[in-house]
Amino acid sequence: MAGPSTYEPKGAVMRWMDTRLPIVRMGADFMTFPTPRNLNYWWTFGGILLLCLMIQIVTGVILGMHYVAHIDHAFDSVQRIRRDVPYGWLMQSAHAVGASMFFLAVYMHMFRALYYGSYKAPREVLWIIGCLIYLVMMATAFLGYTLPWGQMSFWGATVITGFFGAVPVVGEGLQQWLLGGYAVDNATLNRFYSLHYLLPFIIAALSGLHVWALHVTGSSNPIGVSSKVKTDTLPFHPYFTVKDMFAVTVFLIIFAFFLFYLPDALGHADNYIKADPLKTPPHIVPEWYFLPFYAILRAVPDKLAGILLMLGAIAVLFVLPWLDTSRVRSMRFRPIARWFFFFFVIFCFILGWCGAGVPDDYAIKIGDGGITFYRLGQISTLYYFAYFIVILPILGLIEDPVERPASITQAILDYGDKPEPEKVLVPAE
Amino acid sequence: MAEIGLIHHDDIVEDDGKRDFIFLLAGAAGAVGAASIVWPLVAQMGKAADTLALGSIEIDIGQIAEGEQLKVLWRGAPVFVRHRTAAEIAEAESVNLADLPDPATDADRLVPGPDGALKPEYLVQVGVCTHFGCVPVGEAGDYDGWYCPCHGSHYDTSGRIRKGPAPRNLDVPPYEYLSDTVIKVG
Repeated sequence: MAGPSTYEPKGAVMRWMDTRLPIVRMGADFMTFPTPRNLNYWWTFGGILLLCLMIQIVTGVILGMHYVAHIDHAFDSVQRIRRDVPYGWLMQSAHAVGASMFFLAVYMHMFRALYYGSYKAPREVLWIIGCLIYLVMMATAFLGYTLPWGQMSFWGATVITGFFGAVPVVGEGLQQWLLGGYAVDNATLNRFYSLHYLLPFIIAALSGLHVWALHVTGSSNPIGVSSKVKTDTLPFHPYFTVKDMFAVTVFLIIFAFFLFYLPDALGHADNYIKADPLKTPPHIVPEWYFLPFYAILRAVPDKLAGILLMLGAIAVLFVLPWLDTSRVRSMRFRPIARWFFFFFVIFCFILGWCGAGVPDDYAIKIGDGGITFYRLGQISTLYYFAYFIVILPILGLIEDPVERPASITQAILDYGDKPEPEKVLVPAE
Repeated sequence: MAEIGLIHHDDIVEDDGKRDFIFLLAGAAGAVGAASIVWPLVAQMGKAADTLALGSIEIDIGQIAEGEQLKVLWRGAPVFVRHRTAAEIAEAESVNLADLPDPATDADRLVPGPDGALKPEYLVQVGVCTHFGCVPVGEAGDYDGWYCPCHGSHYDTSGRIRKGPAPRNLDVPPYEYLSDTVIKVG
């Protein structure tokens, strides 16, 4: 896909450099990288995610200059950042809102990959690296949420580290090893801060591998037909740099709306109460981006089974390339699968809704009874797993896909906007 | 090349039997060395000496009125000392063991006083839900004992799990009576 490099160093200095460290060549090859010309806006989230990571690292390093990782000072130091540090309000809000925006973008990116079959051969490794990035992102977000040392920070950390306590035999020891004590305490806060600082750089390294793998196989595209002829692709710059920049602008408008008008809307009010190990908040919920997994965790009334189910919900993504038996990548040409996919998206939202609800409350009221969040969460969990381990494997074998265009170029010639035929001026007689 | 007196690596004929032994030995020594370096890197995350030193506390239980509960921080987690009412004790003792997910009699969950007799009015337990470590709310839930607001576990008046996702009864910490009204936890 990448093809031989077309970079020609200009001038003696550039030639000298090119034979020693061909970094300019690498940049030039990135810019001229042949990219399918039919990419739609769902393909702009890669660039948006790169921006998100940069925002988090820059604001995070700055927050680290003012934050104090000690149980007696952490909460107050975050309040000091918000009130007293010059532009601290901006840095803290950008970091907190930025985390939500990061997850928003990564979910869009993942749903795109699911719909257009971007995980299929030859992009399995690309997809798996993406899953790893998502996993490290989740860990980073969880560790970071502990740092402000509010009630949700403390109790969230208690519940999540409790997962490790469910491991048979070694569970309690493992949990106390992670905490550095009998319960979440100063030792825990310190190490969480250290790891929260480390993991973003792991994400950056994995992103490097992700882009490397992408540049070996080339981008997938909305019709899922591999690039075949020269007219199927366009150089990355200026066509897709400009498209990405437009998408980034729209994304930043949404980001700015939350940042400047609703900086706390995505957080939880209880986190403005300092952590109290003697009092659990009446209703513990994770951040919105973990809610679907929280609902899966609570879908079974057994501790270990709940954790295994939740881990399974992520693990199943790693093996997805081998679960989906259909050779057709894009769901545009899979008339049945696309409906199952839309229901999958809906159930993901329902899972999120169930994760936010109290298990015994009614999600849907029918007369005196109804369907509780617990029951609805179970139904949605069932669909979540069925989609991956029943529907996709079977559907690939029995579904008749719609006929696909021969190439990207052909698809555009057949269905795209055609230039209007030139008007032939007939001289008046 | 031979004419200049040097042998290229590709032309070396290996004595595989001898090499295998050397590889195994070197590999094993290397693995032991690596493990001895990695172990401190892993073990440093465990409980530090000062954390371990904060192991035990004394609690004056005489100050707790009937029907009240004292919450004390022990090893970073709350300990509940409840002065139970006669009705609560009766309720705890009347339960059919077959109905319990984690069977234990009320007496199993108590420690004898200085005179060797149980004091059923004082129930001492770690106030940490055995599910994911939240602090249960007292005098709540379907069994009049404790209710964990996090994921809906119900405990009875003896702190035994009755309903919900928690796998075990509330833990009873190691404790002893120093006198009629003072206990030492830990």
